Amino acid sequence: MNDFTRRKFLKAGVAVTAAGATLSYGSFAIGGSNKKVVIVGGGIGGATAAKYIRMMDSSVDVTLIEANKSYYTCFLSNEVLSGERTLDSIKFGYSGLAKHGVKVVNDVVTGIDADKRMVKTAGGDSFSYDRCIVAPGVDFKWEAIDGYDAKIAENTPHAWKAGTQTATLRKQLKAMKDGGTFVMVPPTNPFRCPPGPYERVAQIAHYFKHNKPKSSIIILDPKKKFSKFGLFNAGWARHYGYDPKNPTAAGMIKWVNSEAGGIVDSYDAATKTVSADAGNFKGDVVNIIPPQKAGKIAFIAGLTNDKGWCPINGKTFESTIHKNIHVVGDSCVAAPMPKSGYAANSEAKVCAAAVVALLQGGSAPTPAYVNTCYSIIAPGDAISVAMVYSYDESAGKIIKVKGSGGLTPGKFDAVLREREHQYTYSWFNNITSDTFN
Amino acid sequence: MKRNTLLQAALLTCGLSLSAASVAGGASGAMLAYTCAGCHGTNGVSTGPAGPSIAGFDYDYLVDSMHQFKAGERRSTIMTRIAKGYTDADIEAMSKFFADQKYILAAQEYDKAAAKRGGKLHKKYCNNCHEDAGTLQDPDEDTGMLGGQWRPYLSYTFADYQAGEREMGKKMKKKFKSMHKKAGDKGIADLLEFYASQK
Repeated sequence: MNDFTRRKFLKAGVAVTAAGATLSYGSFAIGGSNKKVVIVGGGIGGATAAKYIRMMDSSVDVTLIEANKSYYTCFLSNEVLSGERTLDSIKFGYSGLAKHGVKVVNDVVTGIDADKRMVKTAGGDSFSYDRCIVAPGVDFKWEAIDGYDAKIAENTPHAWKAGTQTATLRKQLKAMKDGGTFVMVPPTNPFRCPPGPYERVAQIAHYFKHNKPKSSIIILDPKKKFSKFGLFNAGWARHYGYDPKNPTAAGMIKWVNSEAGGIVDSYDAATKTVSADAGNFKGDVVNIIPPQKAGKIAFIAGLTNDKGWCPINGKTFESTIHKNIHVVGDSCVAAPMPKSGYAANSEAKVCAAAVVALLQGGSAPTPAYVNTCYSIIAPGDAISVAMVYSYDESAGKIIKVKGSGGLTPGKFDAVLREREHQYTYSWFNNITSDTFN
Repeated sequence: MKRNTLLQAALLTCGLSLSAASVAGGASGAMLAYTCAGCHGTNGVSTGPAGPSIAGFDYDYLVDSMHQFKAGERRSTIMTRIAKGYTDADIEAMSKFFADQKYILAAQEYDKAAAKRGGKLHKKYCNNCHEDAGTLQDPDEDTGMLGGQWRPYLSYTFADYQAGEREMGKKMKKKFKSMHKKAGDKGIADLLEFYASQK
C-alpha cells in the first residue's frame, strides 16, 4: 500500500474481512510486487471486472472505488415503477466483491493521471495502478432540453439511474388520479438500455390498466423507430390499447414520433408542460430521459471523443487515447454492442482477461462477447433480443456473428412468452450474482 | 519457481485457465463460457429460479444440446438464436469448460409427500438410465440432468416432450408412456417434486 496507508484503508470503511479474504485466496506476493488494478465505478461493468480479475489471477491487487454504498440496477427498475417489485429487490452491496479479495473504497474519483498512473479521490487519497479500468456509466446532456436540469430532475425524474429517482417516480404515479396523463420523453440515440423506455411504457400501462384504467400515456419521441419496435407495438396493442398503424390515435398509449412532432425543445417545471414540435403537452406525471454521454470522470480523464463517448480497442477495452486505462460498459464505444447491463458484464470479462494477460507480460486472448436483453410487456408476456459478437482482427473491431441472435419471434406464442418472463427473472438473479457475488 | 509458473498455478487453482485456447485463433472455453454466465450463472451454476444450471454436465450432452439448438431441432426461447453464433470448435471448447465444473444441486422448496411418490415412480420408470436420482448422465443415452435441476426448467422440458415439441428416445418413450398411463399428469408433478427434493 504505497500511497494508500493501512490506516486510511481502514478509515475508508473497508471491512477487515476484505483483507482476510485476500489472504485466504492465496496472495502470491513476490517481494511486494503484486500488480495493481484500480477500477473506477462499481456498476455492472466495474464490479464484474473486479470479480473476474480476482478469479482469473488472485495475485492481482484490485481496488474498486465507488461513490455509493450500494448499487441499484437499472434493469428491472421499470417493475418498481409498476409496483411489481420493491426498490430493495434491485439493490446490491459490495460485500460479495470483498469476499473475492477486492478492496472496495467508498469515495469519489476526481482525477486520473495517465502519465503517473495515479487515481485521485475527493477524500484526498491517491491510488497508483499498473492498469486502470474506468466504468462510470452514463451522464446526461442537460443542455439538450431547455428548462430541464439536474435540479429540476429531482421532482421531474429521469429515473434512468435507478435509486432515489425510481422511488420518486413510483410515488408520483401512485399519487396520480385516475384519468391522469403520463408524459414520457425518451432520449436520442445512443443511450443506456435501448428497449428500456418502451418497457417502461408497458410497465406503467400495466399499472394503469389495473389501478387507473382511465389514464393515458403520451410518448414524445425524437426517433422514428426504437429497439424491439415490432414486438413492443404488438405488445402495447395486445394489452393496453394502442394502434401501431395510427400511433397518435386514441388508446391508453399514444406514441408521437419525430415525424409526428415528437421532438421536445423545452420543459416548464411549474406547469409540468413539455413543449414539442407537435405542441404543448401537460402531464400529471412527467418523465424526461435526457440524451446521454459518458460519465463525468471519463471527461475529466480525457478519455472521450467529440461525441462524448470513450473510444476503445475492442479486444482489450484499452482506451485508444490513454494507455493503461481501459473503459467498459455504457461509457465506451463498443458498437455494434448496445449500452446494456449484459453487454457491460460481457465487456468487463473480455477486459479482465486482457488486463490479466497483459499484466503477466502476455498478449490479450481472443475475445467472445454476448448481449441478451429481456423486456416484460405484461405478466406472461416477455420478449428478448440476443446477439453473439466476435472480434475481427483484420478490421480491428467488434462484429456481430453472422446468422446469430435476433428477436423473440413476432408470432405470439403464449407458452414461450411465459417462459421468457420466467427467464427474465432468472437472468436478473444470475447476472446480478455473477456481477456482485 | 518463476513468476510465470506461479501465475499459471494461480490460474489453475481458480480453474479458469485462459491459456487453453481451443483452436488457433478461436476463443478459449473459459472465455466463451463467461458469456453464458448472465443467464446460467457464474461457471454455469444457475441461481434460478428457472434458468437451468449447466455446470458439471456430461460433455457429449452439452455438445449435442448446442447442436440441437443451433439446428432448431430443440424447442427453446433464446438458445437457438444464441447457439447459431458458435462454430463446432467453439461448442466443443465451451462444453469442455462446463463439463469440467462441479454440478451443484439447486436448493428448492418441495412437497415431501409428492417427492416420496415421485421417488417411487423414478425408481420404477426412470432410474435405469437416469441413475442416482437423475444426477448421473449416461453419455451413450444422452440423458439430461434431473436431480437438483431448477423445477420450472424441468417442467418446461416435460411439457415439450408431452407436446411432441421435443423428441424422446425409444426407451424413454416407452417408459414415459407406462408411467403416464399409471400416474397421469400427477405423476409428472410428483417426479418434479422428487427431482427438486434432491440435495
